[in-house]
Parts: sequence; structure tokens; C-alpha cells
Amino acid sequence: MSEDVQGHIKLYYKIGGALLFLTVVTVGVSYIDFAVPMAIVVALIVATVKGSLVASYFMHLIGEQKGIYAALALTAFFFVVLIFIPLLGHSNTFGERKSFPNSHPPVVGGEAH
Amino acid sequence: MEIPYIVDERPDTGLTNVKLGIWLFLASEVMLFGGLFSAYILLRINAVDGAWPAFATNPLSVPIGAFNTVVLISSSVTMVLSYAALKMDDLSGYKKYMGLTIGLSLLFLVVKSYEYYDKFSHGDIPAASTFLAVYFTMTGLHGLHIIGGVVVNGYFLGPGTAMWYSNKPQFINRIEASGLYWHFVDLVWIFLFPVLYLL
Repeated sequence: MSEDVQGHIKLYYKIGGALLFLTVVTVGVSYIDFAVPMAIVVALIVATVKGSLVASYFMHLIGEQKGIYAALALTAFFFVVLIFIPLLGHSNTFGERKSFPNSHPPVVGGEAH
Repeated sequence: MEIPYIVDERPDTGLTNVKLGIWLFLASEVMLFGGLFSAYILLRINAVDGAWPAFATNPLSVPIGAFNTVVLISSSVTMVLSYAALKMDDLSGYKKYMGLTIGLSLLFLVVKSYEYYDKFSHGDIPAASTFLAVYFTMTGLHGLHIIGGVVVNGYFLGPGTAMWYSNKPQFINRIEASGLYWHFVDLVWIFLFPVLYLL
């Protein structure tokens, strides 16, 4: 039991190190002059890898019971629906700009402090 | 009346009610933050040119945001180490790592408060732009979750530790549930940081 936990502790440190390394990668990549769509894809891929490490090892999702997977699969489905709602609302006006209240350029700020 | 299946696993689910309960709560949290991320996408793709700051003109400080990311990831490591210490029957190790977790959580809040103060003192309030409104809403809600985690973990480090002497398995289950919540809060920040500071 104790040796088993000791093995896990070494793994936790490795995962922590990987997460810190990927944070450096996230920041470093943002300074590369990608086009906005590519920058979004790269940043979200790195964030997804980091999130997967946290969920799999720190939250012990690897080796979890089927009931948890079922609940999370349902959550993931509705999460994706939620994320795509803005795109569904946008699909009949692709190529056009819709003006939202307060979507004008910032009145104050805009400079890095 | 004793609450059933808080230590033993239910035969039908193979889970304790504690674990099933915290995961269902986290599922609702995914939808809560999912709604805000959805609003972020809606407002960003419909923003007129110049309304949404590009990376070069983003008013947020990347070094400060990156520092807070490191702080929160470190707190996740210490949180899981506190749980591992209990599994090894090491209460003093648990107290050490739980204390570190709370300390790092408070450091995160101090840094976030400095960021807020800096923004407000420069007139960068939520009403100033859609981007700032989204920034304060999302990080504000996340900050409230951090405060909630500090309160719960503080209880488990202080008076809640008494359960260790009366019912060890139940106390370990509580720390596992608290840890799952804390890692979720870390996970949300892992997405908030690039979305708000870097893109």
C-alpha cells in the first residue's frame, strides 16, 4: 500500500513538472506571430493537454468507475452543444457583422500596464 | 440517522456517495463555466474591428497571469500530495501539504487582487469595454471558487482534522472530494489564462 502510494507521489511530481513546462510552452508560443485562428488552435491544444493531465492523474480519472465516465460523457456532450450555440446563431449571417450592445472599441485602457 | 455509503461503495455504482456527489457537482460547474465560455465566443466573434484587443494591445499582464498559473498548478500538486500523505497514514505530512495548498491559494488571490487594483486605478473597469466585462466576470467567478476552496480546505486543516481520530476512512474521502474540487478550479484556470491573456 505504502510503496504503491510512493510510486504515485513520483508520478505526481512528474505531472506537475510537465504542467509547468507546458505553461512555459503556452506563453512562448503566444509570442510567435501566428495568424489568430492558428494561435487559438495551438493555445487550446496545449491547454487541452494540460487539462487532460490534471483530470487523468490528479483527479484520478484513469481507472475510475464507469458511472463517472457516463456522467462526464453526458456533461461533455452538453458542453459541446453550449460552446457551439454562438456558432449556430451566427451561421445564417456568415460574412456579415452583427453589432452587439457595447461592442464598440474600449473607451479607456488599451495600453499594457 | 447515518448517511449511507459515505465510506463503503454502493454495490450498484461501485462508488461512494461522496465521490458520485462531488463529480455530479463538478459536472454542473462545467456547464456554469461552459456558459461563460460560450458567451465569450459569442461576444468575440461578433465584436467590431478594434473592439477586442489583439495580443500586442491586451491590457492584461502576461507575466503576472503566467505567475498565477504556476502558483495554481503548484497548489494542485501540494493538494494531491496531502491526499497521498493521508493514504500513507502521515497526518503531519498532510498538514504540511494542505497548509502549502492554502498558502498558494492565498498567494493567487493576493496577485489577482493586485491585478484588479491596477486595472481599476487605470479606469479599466468592466463598463469600459466588452473584453474587460468578460475578463472581470470570468476571473471574478473563478476567484469566488478559489475563496470557497480556501474556506473548505481551511476547515479540513483546522477543526475538521478531528475526524482523523474518529473516522479515518471518512476523513480521507472528504479530502479526496475537496481535492477533486480544487483540481477542477485549477483546470478552469488552465483554460482561462490563454483565452483571456494570450489570444
